[in-house]
Amino acid sequence: MSDRLFGLIVLIGSVAYFMAAASIPTGFLVDPVGPKLFPRLVSGLAALCALLILIRPDAEPDWPGTGTWLRLLLALAVLVAYAYTLKPLGFLIPTAVASGVLSFQIRSRLLPAVLTGLGLSVGLFILFRFVLGLSLFAIPRTWMS
Amino acid sequence: METFSLLAQGFAVALTPTTLALAVAGCIIGTMVGALPGLGPSNGVAILIPLAFSLGLDATEALILMTSVYYGAMYRGRISSILLNIPGDEPALMTTLDGYPMARDGRASDALVLSGVASFVGALLATFGLMLLAPVLARVAYLFGPAEYFALYLLAFSTLGGIASDNQRKAALAACMGLAIAMIGLDNSTGMSRFTGGNLHLMDGVDFLVAIVGLFAVSEVFIFIESHGRSSAIGVKLESITIPFKDIVNTFGTMLRSTVIGFVAGILPGAGASLGSFLAYMSEKAWVRDNSQFGKGDPRGVAAPEAGNKAAAGGALVPMLTLGVPGSRTTAVLLALLMTLNITPGPLQFTERPEVVWGLMAALLIANIVLLILNVPMVRIFVKVLSVPPWILLPGACMVSFVGIYSLSGSYFDLVLMIVFGLLGYFLRKLHVPTVPIILGILLGNHMEDSLRRAMVISGGDWKYLFQSGISIGFWIAAIIGFVAPVFLRRFLKTPTPHTT
Repeated sequence: MSDRLFGLIVLIGSVAYFMAAASIPTGFLVDPVGPKLFPRLVSGLAALCALLILIRPDAEPDWPGTGTWLRLLLALAVLVAYAYTLKPLGFLIPTAVASGVLSFQIRSRLLPAVLTGLGLSVGLFILFRFVLGLSLFAIPRTWMS
Repeated sequence: METFSLLAQGFAVALTPTTLALAVAGCIIGTMVGALPGLGPSNGVAILIPLAFSLGLDATEALILMTSVYYGAMYRGRISSILLNIPGDEPALMTTLDGYPMARDGRASDALVLSGVASFVGALLATFGLMLLAPVLARVAYLFGPAEYFALYLLAFSTLGGIASDNQRKAALAACMGLAIAMIGLDNSTGMSRFTGGNLHLMDGVDFLVAIVGLFAVSEVFIFIESHGRSSAIGVKLESITIPFKDIVNTFGTMLRSTVIGFVAGILPGAGASLGSFLAYMSEKAWVRDNSQFGKGDPRGVAAPEAGNKAAAGGALVPMLTLGVPGSRTTAVLLALLMTLNITPGPLQFTERPEVVWGLMAALLIANIVLLILNVPMVRIFVKVLSVPPWILLPGACMVSFVGIYSLSGSYFDLVLMIVFGLLGYFLRKLHVPTVPIILGILLGNHMEDSLRRAMVISGGDWKYLFQSGISIGFWIAAIIGFVAPVFLRRFLKTPTPHTT
């Protein structure tokens, strides 16, 4: 079932890609192949593979249960939040929170997770800023003025 | 003789206090990164490339740092194989077969030292092999035109997909996905944007580092959280370290044979270190007269896969350096490193930038000597200090990848794109779609299209041109065999299962 769904999604995607290739503008100086053919070959082959996967799917993979899905979703949310807060909030706070949460998700013990978060945040900051000389801000820039 | 003077030149570049410090640091970092099951050599290098780049290291320094990290992680793989019965990385899988039984019989230190020496022998001889073979192959590759390169790229995809995966359609699909992603951005020859959807960030194309770190490292975070660090290992205690001279002498022939097998396996595209250690172990088992102790703690069963996988890692550098075509996951990552440094590997490098090529070879020798010192006299300290638990190491590695990618471009877009690749990587791995062909596709896509278009310009649009020279016909045939043959050979290439305790 998973493979069928995957095959279907890829099939639709590759057809869309094939169609999108038609709208690539060709310049005045065009070589015999042009900018459209290779993408079309690739998406055509992808569509063929997707079709074969649809027809002969593999055995169902081992999907995680609901609880694990929720934890994965939380991890995803943490990573996305980290990506967006790294700049406005400075390095220390987002890193401490994100690595603390990830650590807790791997080993569900509160104290080690908190310590991991704090330790990684401070340790990595010292490493990046002072040893490697990257330009990172420790805290939100608005706090500094 | 020419080789020696070139190598001396390489050492002149590679032997400065800074680079030596980088080599030692790289070896230690690599050993730490290699400690986490699943993270392994290629991820370790992938995570650190953006950092090395933003540090402003020059090409040689960055190469030395990264090859040290790579080899450090490779040497580390065996430690958890022997002490915990968990392979630190895929190539170290075969080492669990005899390494762990040896450790259980109270010979853990012997197994560690022996495997360290075997690793060194394999890596050292393979580096010499690389030095002798690469310039010769580079001279041959000099003759390749666009038609030959197109066929060669195809060969790389088909053998990588054929050997490294257990499902041809999924491997081919993965290659197509990578090629399709590579098309995003400005078209090289017309300068028009393709598949960007008007997004300015995509004009330069998808940065392959973002894709690599996402597909390899970030997806590992999801996999790890899913498995909840389910690695309840029963460790073996390590007694004092002595050097088992008798074992080293007795297995020396094994090391040499395994090195040759591993090196040849490594040169084949798509094979890499895992196949090298597998073939070395299996052929050693077939070669020796009394193999009844294999799988029960035979020292030869420890020496063979370790020499084999290091030799294969060296062999895999041959096609990567001379042709610019990586044959395995790790060489794909190393190619990404070179491309980040604005070096396009290929025959031209040997004449135009010999200091980079020979500096790299000198770096390989330095890294291996440093690792021999770290891994034989100091292995005890190493095992103690470096057992960082995964609930610290994994979040740490994750944060390092974020900062690395962020420091490359300073944009949220790349970070989010990296997470998207991570998520994609998670689902693809669950569905048993190999991710390495995707990376290869992103790395080689534009070169492949260029060579096709240039071939057609030369021939005036005649497709028969692709199959005209003997070399390209050879590549086409090899590509077809490489893709199809594993279907029939798969039955014979079954890995023996490690025993459970």
